[in-house]
Amino acid sequence: MRVSFSWLRAYCDPELNAQQVADLLTGSGTELERIEQIGVPEAEGFVIGKVLSVDPHPDADRLRVCSVDTGDGARTIVCGAPNVAAGQMVAVALPGAVMPDGTKLGEAKLRGIRSAGMILSEHELGIGEEHDGIMVLADERPAGAPLSDVFAIGDQVIEVEVNPNRPDCMSVYGVARELHALTGAPLAEDPTGPDAEPSGEGRVEDHVSVEIADPEICLRFTARAFENVQIGPSPPWLKQRLTAAGQRPISNVVDITNYVMLLAGQPLHAFDLDLVAGSRIVVRRAADGERMTTLDGVERTLDPGMALICDGEQPSGIAGVMGGQVSEVDQQTTRVLIEAATWVGPNVLRTSKRLGLRSEASARFERQLHPALAIAAQRLAARLMVELCGARLVPGTIDAYPAALPERTATLRLERMTRLLGSEISSADAVAILTRLGFDPSESAGVVEVVVPPWRDGDVRRETDLIEEVARIHGLDRLPATLPARRNAVGRRPRDQRLRAAAEDAIRGRGLSETISYSFTSQANLDRLRIAEEPLRIANPLGEEQAVMRPTLLTGLLDALAANITRGETDIALFEAARVFAPGTTPAPIADASPGGARAATERMTLGAVLTVAEPGTWRSARRAADFYAARALVEAVLGIYGVEASFAPPQPGARPYLHPARSAVLTHGPRGPEVGWAGELHPLVLRAWDLDGPSGERPVTGFELDLDQLADACPATPTYAAISDFPAVRQDIAVVVAEEVTAENVLAAVRGGGGDLLETVELFDLFRGEQVGAGKKSLALALEFRAPDRTLTDDEVVARREAIATALGEIGGALRA
Amino acid sequence: MADPATRLNQIRSEAEAAIAAAKGTAELEQARVRYLGRKAELTRILRSIGELPAEQRGPVGKGANAVRQVLEALLAGRESALEGAELDAALLADPLDITLPGDPARPGGEMHLITQTRREMEEIFLGLGFTVLEGPEVEFDYYNFTALNIPAHHPARLSQDSLYFDDQVVLRTHTSPMQVRAMEAQEPPIYIVVPGRVYRRDVTDATHVPMFHQLEGLAIDTDMTLADLRGVLLEFVRAMFGTERSIRLRAGYFPFTEPSVEVDVSCFACSATGVLADGRRCNVCKGTTWIEIAGAGMVDPNVLGFVAGNGYDPERVQGFAFGFGIDRIAMLKHGIPDLRLFFSGDLRFLGQFGSGA
Repeated sequence: MRVSFSWLRAYCDPELNAQQVADLLTGSGTELERIEQIGVPEAEGFVIGKVLSVDPHPDADRLRVCSVDTGDGARTIVCGAPNVAAGQMVAVALPGAVMPDGTKLGEAKLRGIRSAGMILSEHELGIGEEHDGIMVLADERPAGAPLSDVFAIGDQVIEVEVNPNRPDCMSVYGVARELHALTGAPLAEDPTGPDAEPSGEGRVEDHVSVEIADPEICLRFTARAFENVQIGPSPPWLKQRLTAAGQRPISNVVDITNYVMLLAGQPLHAFDLDLVAGSRIVVRRAADGERMTTLDGVERTLDPGMALICDGEQPSGIAGVMGGQVSEVDQQTTRVLIEAATWVGPNVLRTSKRLGLRSEASARFERQLHPALAIAAQRLAARLMVELCGARLVPGTIDAYPAALPERTATLRLERMTRLLGSEISSADAVAILTRLGFDPSESAGVVEVVVPPWRDGDVRRETDLIEEVARIHGLDRLPATLPARRNAVGRRPRDQRLRAAAEDAIRGRGLSETISYSFTSQANLDRLRIAEEPLRIANPLGEEQAVMRPTLLTGLLDALAANITRGETDIALFEAARVFAPGTTPAPIADASPGGARAATERMTLGAVLTVAEPGTWRSARRAADFYAARALVEAVLGIYGVEASFAPPQPGARPYLHPARSAVLTHGPRGPEVGWAGELHPLVLRAWDLDGPSGERPVTGFELDLDQLADACPATPTYAAISDFPAVRQDIAVVVAEEVTAENVLAAVRGGGGDLLETVELFDLFRGEQVGAGKKSLALALEFRAPDRTLTDDEVVARREAIATALGEIGGALRA
Repeated sequence: MADPATRLNQIRSEAEAAIAAAKGTAELEQARVRYLGRKAELTRILRSIGELPAEQRGPVGKGANAVRQVLEALLAGRESALEGAELDAALLADPLDITLPGDPARPGGEMHLITQTRREMEEIFLGLGFTVLEGPEVEFDYYNFTALNIPAHHPARLSQDSLYFDDQVVLRTHTSPMQVRAMEAQEPPIYIVVPGRVYRRDVTDATHVPMFHQLEGLAIDTDMTLADLRGVLLEFVRAMFGTERSIRLRAGYFPFTEPSVEVDVSCFACSATGVLADGRRCNVCKGTTWIEIAGAGMVDPNVLGFVAGNGYDPERVQGFAFGFGIDRIAMLKHGIPDLRLFFSGDLRFLGQFGSGA
């Protein structure tokens, strides 16, 4: 909200500059956004002048030569305005005055005649758009008086952000009250207090009837009628205040409604009563699909959640948001109806969001105004209508207020306040603060009873709310900084987080860089991965690109990989640790009851990676492209951190269709245990979908994903000590020749089976194919270590184990090679 | 024939000169053969001592042996010197280009700046006694809104701001739901921080992304105060931004805290002067000397009311909560102009921030 500093000071002037005021407001919850200088920088050199005579310019048709009394005698001013006339009181800038745009006025010769000043238009003073004609002032102040006596020709605008719980701060008087509470500087009388005197015949009910068809959408509706309204421009002081607040002056009646809104916080609407069809106003919900054109000329499509103000024939405004083009006040208007209503805040908020239409009115109504404010605003508006438009206030007020709100009281225990804040604020200070805020407190034995003023009814209801009021005005920054007792406070990172951090660090140490990508992706990306399972879908996504929760990290990783390749990178290795999602299995809980810790969807913390390179080439070694074994090595590093052994098996046909069917593996915890991830090459069709297959398909992309939640669950709790044998090991290397289709795992299992307990370790250290071993066969070189825990092994024992190994290998068609 | 003693001295001088003059191990060997070899004069003298008159045998034998020992020692010394020199010469004949780069270490990957920042923040709070918890990202409306005292018609609930799955399930819009989950699971006292991803239905631009990161804090006990909140946040900002930092609390508004505060840290970019070294206005604090860094407050009694059955009677216990934007802190600290960079996966960005240690 834009607050004119001069306007604010008219209600509370703590004799501080704008920055100091803004700092105080910021500290108490109304945050400064910016301070803006408007109008002239210095009031000096701007005076009231009286036009004594006007003569034509001898050398220019459109210029006049004026003699103007500016208090120090007559001076000659050349003026181009068509409306300048002798006898007018005008605004004059004298030579040396600095104009709003920063230029310094000098004496200038205009077509040969020296002009000692300038007669000003509203435009030149920044309070209106009128720049063809000069501003003509009322004859209230003598020639030579400072122009700043008439209105604030130089002002500052303090632009603040008002919290959603503070409708009162959406008004100049409300901000003045805050300033009063903060500084103790006097607060002027509430401008909505005094009322205008009605006069003449008849009653408002003779002019209009009001019907509220649905009391759920309208808490209060008030209306007053005015006759003999003289439409015209507003006085300069009013125009200046509206302009400073960001409103364009239109006509006195419309300006009054805006002025009251800006000063008191209650939006109003003025109707030309002669244009209200049927002299009837109806408040109702919109029909589904009903259309109306708002003041801004846009046709809006409405729904039954929206409240309308209608005349006897058609909608004339969207309640609380914006009026329509029907029954607008114009130059011909003489009878005016002023409406001040209280709408339902959440409803206005919803309407304005649905329509994408925010207004000064909706910004106030959505914070929920108190119904008392509607009638208060009518009083202020009526005074201004009489004063500025010469209007007659028709006796009576239409006031539809079906359910009057009760007065609210609250209690504050001073001891409780000290206990919550950790610092004592004296009873006298607390009472003084609450008094200045309008809470009418009375204190007795450490207990303060208050009456909540209507403008704070929405957000101050409980003791804790009062504590906040006292604390924020007293000054939150005056609190000491202490540390809590920290009973039972042992800072810990749970095990799953520690394991995950270790895994991340391990694969980072192996050359992978971490990325973070969005948890949502497009259905198209799932199609590219050939995933058929139904994902978790967002009901109101911002776009197709963010419509589904990803069931795999591959979407983000492949997008990042492709983007980096486009940028010219070639050797890329990326990982991400994040959740993947699937629809939940928990039944929906009862509304407004705790789900009792249940999860709304299936989420698995997952570590995923993609890589095009196993080892980048250097001047010392050749580049190694990524392949299955590079991915498997990374997986094994992570499994090692979790202390979990996994079995690698080819993917089942159809399962994980994004994997290369022959160059990838699915990992299970134990041979028939649950799947904990995958590793290997991606399917060529997936690579093609991401344009990663290169001109000849030579760029394999491998990767892995591991379900870290499952791995953490499987991670052995506390490893226990195993005795270390002091007896020497017997080391032997063997070469095993088997058919190609026998897997390394088969061979190792046979060797372990034959070796028995005495075979401590077996490690594969070479793989060989060639003429010596024959076609369709391969030779695996294994390093064996035999050891007994309690004795030195004899040669005979080892020979016996070797024979047993040979026998076991024979059973899978293998033979020991000499 | 000359006096044997004189002759021995002559042999010794000649041999010493020859050893000293030897330019290589081969010349040295020639000298050795000449002066100590089987046919050498000294060898002959030693061998023929028995032929000398009895009174000469002693002195000559002694003298000859002494000369031999001296020459042997000289030869050995000279030999090792010559060998060292020859080896060095041979080694130098096969030089390396030592200006080539060192053996390439296996390149390490990069830790994402968000992860670095999150871990640093977690560590500070671990040190302050807070346990790090994580919560679900797909969240029940109950935990995300209802139990946080966000009433049914609060703006935050409007579907324009939140991403929904159905009427009751939403992508969490903040890490605050974990406050309630944690209090349901653990009786007071409780000290937790909750880092994680949060989501808003925001159109993407330099300062808005649909997914970002927060770190939530919650501390509840019988005697937790707003002054304690101030103390904890002060410790945090000093650990995170430098020991000379101060904080400022301003009144704020959050539905789930009362009183609510906005927390500012004194600007670390301009040392709270508002002006940079070159005289320009500080672009981090915009010349205000303060940077908004967190929202916080005392947990609203209505929130405690939702978990009162687990020991959180609002008349008996009280506490504070706070929330930081991890991305925002990383942006401020490292001068990152655009939030979208964090989620770009761009290696040119990821590689700029070291390990965060």
